[in-house]
Amino acid sequence: MARILMAKPGLDGHDRGIKVVSLALRDAGFEVIYTGIRKRPAAIAATAIQEDVDAIGLSILSGAHLGLTRKVLAELESRGAADIPVIVGGTIPVGDVRLLREAGAAAVFSTGSTIPDLVQGVRDVIAARWAGVPA
Amino acid sequence: MDELTTDCGLPVARLYGPGAQHGPIGDPGEFPYTRGNFAGGYRDRLWTFRQYSGFGTAEESNERYRYLLSQGGTGLSVALDLPTQCGYDSDDPEFEEETGRVGVALDTLADAEILFDEIPLDQISTSFTINGTAAIVLALYVAVGELQGVPRAKLRGTIQNDILKEYTSRGTWIWPPKPSLRLIADTIEFCAAEVPHFNAISVAGAHFRDAGANAAQEMALTLQDGVTYCDEVVARGRMTIDEFAPQISFFFYTHGDFFEEIAKYRAGRRRWATIVNERYGAQNPKSAMFRFGVVCGGASLYAPQAQNNRIRVAYEAMASVLGGVQSMFTAAWDEPFALPTEDSTTFALRTQQILAHETGVTRTVDPLGGSYFVEALTDAMEERLIAIMAELENQGGMVAAIESGYVQGLIAQEAYRHQIALEAGERVVVGVNRFAGDELPPDTQGYELDEKNRERQLERLAHVKRTRDADRVRTTLAELQAGAKVDDCNLMPLLIDCVKAYCTVGEMVSVLKDVWGEFTQPVSF
Repeated sequence: MARILMAKPGLDGHDRGIKVVSLALRDAGFEVIYTGIRKRPAAIAATAIQEDVDAIGLSILSGAHLGLTRKVLAELESRGAADIPVIVGGTIPVGDVRLLREAGAAAVFSTGSTIPDLVQGVRDVIAARWAGVPA
Repeated sequence: MDELTTDCGLPVARLYGPGAQHGPIGDPGEFPYTRGNFAGGYRDRLWTFRQYSGFGTAEESNERYRYLLSQGGTGLSVALDLPTQCGYDSDDPEFEEETGRVGVALDTLADAEILFDEIPLDQISTSFTINGTAAIVLALYVAVGELQGVPRAKLRGTIQNDILKEYTSRGTWIWPPKPSLRLIADTIEFCAAEVPHFNAISVAGAHFRDAGANAAQEMALTLQDGVTYCDEVVARGRMTIDEFAPQISFFFYTHGDFFEEIAKYRAGRRRWATIVNERYGAQNPKSAMFRFGVVCGGASLYAPQAQNNRIRVAYEAMASVLGGVQSMFTAAWDEPFALPTEDSTTFALRTQQILAHETGVTRTVDPLGGSYFVEALTDAMEERLIAIMAELENQGGMVAAIESGYVQGLIAQEAYRHQIALEAGERVVVGVNRFAGDELPPDTQGYELDEKNRERQLERLAHVKRTRDADRVRTTLAELQAGAKVDDCNLMPLLIDCVKAYCTVGEMVSVLKDVWGEFTQPVSF
């Protein structure tokens, strides 16, 4: 069973989206670990390694997605865990999707994404990781 | 034949007629206030048009506020950035991405002075969406008032100050429930004694709703929070319900199910009046009044075919008025994907003005009172509220139900059900899952605090720290810390001393964290 860490970095407390996605992933057969809100990037990276997850899902609705995603990726790298793919969701402007992908996010889901698309997207990212190809 | 229900599941019959008994209605302005708080309704006084706004630095927000007032706005509603809400200063490296992003940054009294520059605080009422640091923001407002020569007794406004829903839905908690409730009780007592025209708390269901709760859950959870706060103040034994209840107000989202929303407000008003009288033995009729503000918009708005949001907001505003609202914020149609522009904000304000001055809904008090359907739905809603509140009591009361994650689970499950119904097309949203075109939704536009403004904020903070009286800072913070260790010491006067000494929000919060610790969030979905 694939394991995913769902995490909210930064101070943004809007957790409706991350909980809906967590429930949807659980119903789709994933094992979901949710960190709760206001987690520091270092703590998210440490938890992901400790829980040996297949992927991390970040949810950011405050607009601070670029800086926070970069921080989480840097924390993973500094712990030798850059292979754990990071998927980002939230109110992401189209122009920032490319920037997030360039920064190293494996996939990006903006407002309006549907549950089937999200579930398939997470499956693809995890499958790509284990097949050893970039998503 | 299919059973029809409202969005939250209240049954709706094909036709309603005479003969059915309904709950107590009374006259407007009389217990149990089903028909409204005031005998004169909107004839005597319109609701307040209050548009939520605030971003970047104090200078930018001050300019937007003065613009809104010049366009006929009658009150301010201040949005604060997340570091201010969570008790961190703008120069905290951990949260640099968040400074000035979702609201204005307030670090010290110096920022507050600029924020309210040329805004006469004895004439304008100001509402702050602030919770964890509400007591500190109240202290800042009192201090700015003094600098303007406006005495406390003349200040009007509201601090949200509702921490319980932060633990479950909004997330700007700082300390654990016990000391947080104590600080809230301190502000309620302080306002009752010294700032009589200021609402010390706005018990807010809106955030339960935005997090996924349905209309009945939103109202029931809010009423249960209100009971929790009143219990806290009454248990101290220093004030009777009649001394502080008139300064409690409420805050909700109005979504799209027109009659359900009207019934929600009518039932909520009747339930609160009944609780205040029966549970606390209130004597003053004002104590039992359920005064509330609303937001029209939020999770009921969608990015695809975004212009449709204008129509959604207009219907929601009308439902709010027919439900007897005291204060209203109509969201801008572009809110789902952008920081509203001056144009879209002005249009949202015009929506309320057309409703107030053109449609005629204000001519008579509670025009729907006695409607067979509306009264039946009000009764059904109230029954649902009683059932949800009884379950919360079963869970050990609100604090226990939050600490166990029960409330969070309830809300998350409802959000998930809603999303599934939406994607399955069971809940129709025009332009989203029916009558959808193939045009792309507009792109999200974030607000970027430009580097110059961020630097201005940091420079101001650095300047304050350089030039303030360091001894006075140390002394006032030490007194705050000492006061926090004593349960029956009201902290408001001590916070006002700190603020006047130009202590930062982060310094005051961290002194209190040393005494009280921090909240540990139960993770539940």
